[in-house]
Amino acid sequence: MAIFSRGFSGRPRESNPDLPPGQFLTEDFPVLSAGPTPRLDTADWKFEIKTETGQTLSWNWDELTALGLEDVHTDIHCVTRWSKLGTDWRGISLDKLFEDAETSFDFVMVHSYGGYTTNLPLEDLMNGQAWIATEFGGEPLEPDHGGPARLLVPHLYFWKSAKWVRGITMQRTDSPGFWEQNGYHIYGDPWREERYW
Amino acid sequence: MTHLDGNALAGPLSEVFRDDMTTALGRCASCGDVSVLAEALVYDAAPGWAVRCHACGDVLMTFVRTLDRLRIDMRGLTALEIPS
Repeated sequence: MAIFSRGFSGRPRESNPDLPPGQFLTEDFPVLSAGPTPRLDTADWKFEIKTETGQTLSWNWDELTALGLEDVHTDIHCVTRWSKLGTDWRGISLDKLFEDAETSFDFVMVHSYGGYTTNLPLEDLMNGQAWIATEFGGEPLEPDHGGPARLLVPHLYFWKSAKWVRGITMQRTDSPGFWEQNGYHIYGDPWREERYW
Repeated sequence: MTHLDGNALAGPLSEVFRDDMTTALGRCASCGDVSVLAEALVYDAAPGWAVRCHACGDVLMTFVRTLDRLRIDMRGLTALEIPS
């Protein structure tokens, strides 16, 4: 019995310098999810950052997109071993969203509509490394790929780029999220092949 | 997202339990529904498998196969009743 995503195991190793170890190039954009796809209307959508001081920063869709979308050209790497090179996104930098955040905590828990969670160090969201992505390939982000908005943290395995993102809660310690509790690595650097505990 | 039905669990659970677990009754920790595991929804197109309650959709179990082990998390199941 093999628990792997269908179609991404057993292929020969590729030797492309842009591919992290153990990864294979795909031209498709596989859809992976641990649950049903939520159908979210941007009219009802909001995003929140909550800190240990009791502060809650909140944006509705218009407020978020008014902060300005950046173009992001990047490679993405899924822990199920596919990589997609040279993808084009547009999104709001997390640097902008954290400008007014009052926190001394070093870690975050990312929450999604539908209940998914994933943990990251705050420093991995800062300095032009992470976005709330609303467009892919010049089009609004499709629901199956996390639309209307997903986190985009392309330097880590893609399970960290939570689909259907709805908020971030600051945390004192690096408590594990959904897959991190269940066997996947607490950090997830594809270049160090940090797949599992 | 597409998903499989709970009969897909026969394989991985056979590594842990002696019987066919797809006919076992499981109680959902979230909504209290009691159903055979064959009725669960198995989302396999993910880093691991997420097995969800057919009634409320909450997660009953996850399966992650790493390089050297199979890890099963069952926090969403408060009871299992296995036919004898």
